[in-house]
Amino acid sequence: MATRVLDQHQAHAASHDEKTGLWSWITTVDHKRIGILYGATAFLFFLIGGIEALLLRIQLGSAENTFLSPDLYNQLFTMHGTTMIFLAIMPLSAMFFNFMIPLLIGARDVAFPRLNAFSYWVFLLGGLFLNASFLFGAAPDQGWFGYANLTSKQYSPGLNVDFWMLGLQILGIASLAAAVNFFVTIVNMRAPGMTLMRMPMFVWMSFITQVLLLLAFPVITVALILLMYDRFFGSAFFVPSGGGDPLLWQHLFWIFGHPEVYILILPAFGIVSEVLPVFSRKPLFGYAAMVFSGVFIAFLGFGVWSHHMFSTGMGPLADTFFALSTMLIAIPTGVKIFNWIGTMWGGSLQYRTPMLFAIGFIAMFIIGGLSGVMHSSPPADLQQTDTYFVVAHFHYVLFGGSIFGLTAGAYYWWPKMFGRMLNEGLGKVHFWLMLIGFNLTFFPMHFVGLNGMPRRVYTYPEGLGFELLNQVETAGSFVLGVAFLVFLVNIFQTWRKPRNAPADPWNGATLEWAIPSPPPEFNFAEIPTVHGRDALWELKRERGGTLPEPARVSGAGIHLPNPSYWPLVTAVGILAFFVTLMTLAATGIWPVIASFALLLLGVYKWAYEPAG
Amino acid sequence: MLLRTVARCSSRWVTALCLLALVLAGCSPENYPQTTLLPRGDFARIADDLLDTTVKWAILVFVLVEGVLVYAIFRFRGKPGDPEPHQTHGNTTVEIIWTVVPALILAVIAVPTVKAIFETNAVPGKDALTIEVIGHQWWWEFRYPEYNLTTANELHVPIGRMVSLRMGSNDVIHSFWVPQFAAKRDIFANRETRMWFTAEVEGDYPGQCAEFCGIQHGRMAHRIKAQKPAEFQAWVAHMQALGPKPAGAAAPPAPSPRYAEGEKLFTAKGCLACHSMVAVNAPKGMVGPNLANVGGRSYLAAGTLKNTDENLARWIRDPQGIKKGVLMPNLGVTESEAQALVAYLRAHK
Amino acid sequence: MTAHAQAAHLETSTGLDNRKVAIWTFIGSECMFFATLISNYMVNKGKSLVGPFPHEPWTSPAGQHFEPIFEIPLVTLGTALLLFSSLFVVLALSGAQRGNRKALIGWLAATIACGVFFVGMQVYEFTHFLHRGLGFTTNLFGSSFYTLTGFHGTHVTIGVLWLATVWVDAVRGKLPPSKSLNLEMAALYWHFVDVVWIIIFPVVYLIK
Repeated sequence: MATRVLDQHQAHAASHDEKTGLWSWITTVDHKRIGILYGATAFLFFLIGGIEALLLRIQLGSAENTFLSPDLYNQLFTMHGTTMIFLAIMPLSAMFFNFMIPLLIGARDVAFPRLNAFSYWVFLLGGLFLNASFLFGAAPDQGWFGYANLTSKQYSPGLNVDFWMLGLQILGIASLAAAVNFFVTIVNMRAPGMTLMRMPMFVWMSFITQVLLLLAFPVITVALILLMYDRFFGSAFFVPSGGGDPLLWQHLFWIFGHPEVYILILPAFGIVSEVLPVFSRKPLFGYAAMVFSGVFIAFLGFGVWSHHMFSTGMGPLADTFFALSTMLIAIPTGVKIFNWIGTMWGGSLQYRTPMLFAIGFIAMFIIGGLSGVMHSSPPADLQQTDTYFVVAHFHYVLFGGSIFGLTAGAYYWWPKMFGRMLNEGLGKVHFWLMLIGFNLTFFPMHFVGLNGMPRRVYTYPEGLGFELLNQVETAGSFVLGVAFLVFLVNIFQTWRKPRNAPADPWNGATLEWAIPSPPPEFNFAEIPTVHGRDALWELKRERGGTLPEPARVSGAGIHLPNPSYWPLVTAVGILAFFVTLMTLAATGIWPVIASFALLLLGVYKWAYEPAG
Repeated sequence: MLLRTVARCSSRWVTALCLLALVLAGCSPENYPQTTLLPRGDFARIADDLLDTTVKWAILVFVLVEGVLVYAIFRFRGKPGDPEPHQTHGNTTVEIIWTVVPALILAVIAVPTVKAIFETNAVPGKDALTIEVIGHQWWWEFRYPEYNLTTANELHVPIGRMVSLRMGSNDVIHSFWVPQFAAKRDIFANRETRMWFTAEVEGDYPGQCAEFCGIQHGRMAHRIKAQKPAEFQAWVAHMQALGPKPAGAAAPPAPSPRYAEGEKLFTAKGCLACHSMVAVNAPKGMVGPNLANVGGRSYLAAGTLKNTDENLARWIRDPQGIKKGVLMPNLGVTESEAQALVAYLRAHK
Repeated sequence: MTAHAQAAHLETSTGLDNRKVAIWTFIGSECMFFATLISNYMVNKGKSLVGPFPHEPWTSPAGQHFEPIFEIPLVTLGTALLLFSSLFVVLALSGAQRGNRKALIGWLAATIACGVFFVGMQVYEFTHFLHRGLGFTTNLFGSSFYTLTGFHGTHVTIGVLWLATVWVDAVRGKLPPSKSLNLEMAALYWHFVDVVWIIIFPVVYLIK
């Protein structure tokens, strides 16, 4: 009896394909909606990070400028870095993990839909927490890598470091939860016939990214806990006067920090590996090499961390080890670049916007990779490190790499996610403005850095020659700003178009293009069986070249998870826990305990509610 | 149509001109006093040689790979009605080649790298001039154990003699950067780090802190005066005369009434609590820079201001307004008191 | 969990339930967490500026004498009980899977009792150390020791609470063989917590 009632309930729910209203978004456990939430939130934070950058560039546009005070400048550069890494690039990648992974592997959702929602809410609350610091005039100001012992209570007595320290802990929880979820999803929920070596490359790169998240985030969690103990309870883990060692912080941070940069780039690698074959009309060149180079990069990525510490005087043996391991990691990275070019070689290249950004990615990432190799030599690096040369390097790989790649993904998957095609003309304008603006902003930094400009300086004097290149860089940053305005215009214009994009506008190779745009809540009416890579091209070949536009079916009888608000409640409990921890000295232990109780309540209710 | 062509043409020219300007501006390191690209010391030359090697290979790889990419963009441009291209999945031979060749290039870079790592970590010989560098928020303390001298922010070294830097910090991590002669090395409160160099060319060289160290990291510059050995010795001798007066000896007459007033104010305002006025046997761990020869320095407040009377007076009256967050408080010094203090300090060259 | 959801065993790529793969994944991540904490302890070994010390006596400048702080016999007992508790939870799980309610409830209770004793032993140890002059901020040894063993103890406590929740379900007859995965997940976590202790015990208490 009970079962039949349940069936009817599910059929009823499934036939309501389009739940609307704020409550449906708050309680959603649908990976597609969660993906859109991630994307919208991340894009907003990206724009905030961009405005922070423009303010920095205005300040540096002339020598001895007083547009920003030194403390505000230091807060802005710290928040720019922290925002771009943790609140923009990572969650933009998460947008694609969420929306696309189940579709690419032929699944109906991720392994743990409520855990998925939980990750999003914790991310949102963490991002808000971090930015709330501006309201207190105490935004983090110690640099995005927060070196001890500047971060000790003695030298950073304000709330700035506390916001950063606790904010990152909150965000770490979101990342870890999501990583468990996607790891299990990819391992366990692939369509029949989809062996690991038949997975789309975006899924492979995302898979490796989840492993990196799972292994790297615990390290920074510990580092931040030790820092918190130093600041709140008076321990001396990183405080020299108590026997502690500031260098320990650097080791712990970079053991996390280096895998983190691969976390930032691998999803973009994956996106480019999806886009290039479709717009070259031939398969990815060297699939196996791409998989193994990715695995090798991840593995080796745990063995290079001290290349961020070449100037600390670790001694010749340590320097040699890390120089060699860093050079070694250039090899699989180079292999990927060659494989991408090999994909294009002999193809029939279609220069639609996603392809432009994918090619732009390759061109920019080559430059970033080469400056990275230049850094790998410690004696040379002793001149380059902590100058604008390294600022150039990481912007080439993170912006020229990750952002270009993510933008390619946005244009590519926009029709699938929203049922509308972004405007091609505006897309091309966006691309060219971004390419030109990006290079104008960051290429000169190689030169001004090698010519003596250190990083993280709120101003520079006349007479060192830095003015001209800084002016060019500032001008370039505004060109970049215009590029993003064009993108925003494109998004708004597209929003008002009817939702009638075809299922397969690009002649795609992977499963997501076999279902309607946007997909129904249950994704696939029937879970497909896969017989090889590029499964959709296979299928189209069998059926004479194209497939008919898929019909929208009701999905009655398909079993879908119920919406839930317990993930949000638990997330709020976590936020409350960290806020009350920050105010511990003023408000005491009871609010912390109450928050923890709220957290436990959320978890308990979540565990015991029917999953549906 | 015409508009698009014009836009394309002019944008091409504009881009080309911009790039040319950039290249010209960037490629003349003589315009940059703090450049790393004009080594004038042995350590810096080791770094520069390695940079040379890596840059040459980087440019070669850049031209090759970007060249192939650009070629592919034009050569394989798809046209409507194109047949499906050959569905290549890979090519084992090519893949092996492009794995091995980069490995070989890296090996070629690795060999001189490892050699240079050991060279730069070598311990200078006994005849090197040992200088202790102590970083403070936000100024530099320099000590010469061989001569028992202490000074701040401006370092004098003889050319042609190896300098052995033994470095530490008074507070947070800083980094001592000498781009013209050496490179940079971070400095810590709980361990000593070292660097060495031999300056080869006389001159006056700027440098800066290169590890974010707090609010005024951007204003923590130093200057190195590389001098002929005889001139350096003369400077040492001069500094050694700026020692404490022997006990019981009569104080020398004040050069002027303003000086005398300034001398009294220096104690009355509490300046002596943070700043030492003697260069020999100066106490350690002072909050503020040693001012024994401040009158003759080129800059004030670690490169923040040129050392003019007007700037010195401004600094004394309002350090917080000029360098916010610095440890020197505003002491409510009047205009007239400032002039007296300037007279006193200016005489200490 | 509805009966419907559990009985409809969706085929997974590995044949394992999603939740089982998830707990292993989580454990993998936690390994890095404890590896970092243990490394931190090891890196700080011998770096304390003042005592009390773990294995040597120390006299303070003020003349106060401190014996080595560890009381190995008590901790060894706790360790042994924790190790046995892993066996007990295996027996409980076997009971759950075979539908033997008595075995399940009995052995699970024994597991929980051992866990409670272990936590109790740690609370006693911490309190005693505090009395004897080793506070959290006394020296690097104190900070590192309390952080490492404190986090482990917290994990044990969470494990005890988890097992207790499962035990209550078992007593109420809500843990049939089809739901034994609930216990299996808790048991895997419990084994992990045990293995971590097997590393901590020699590194902290035994090796000088």
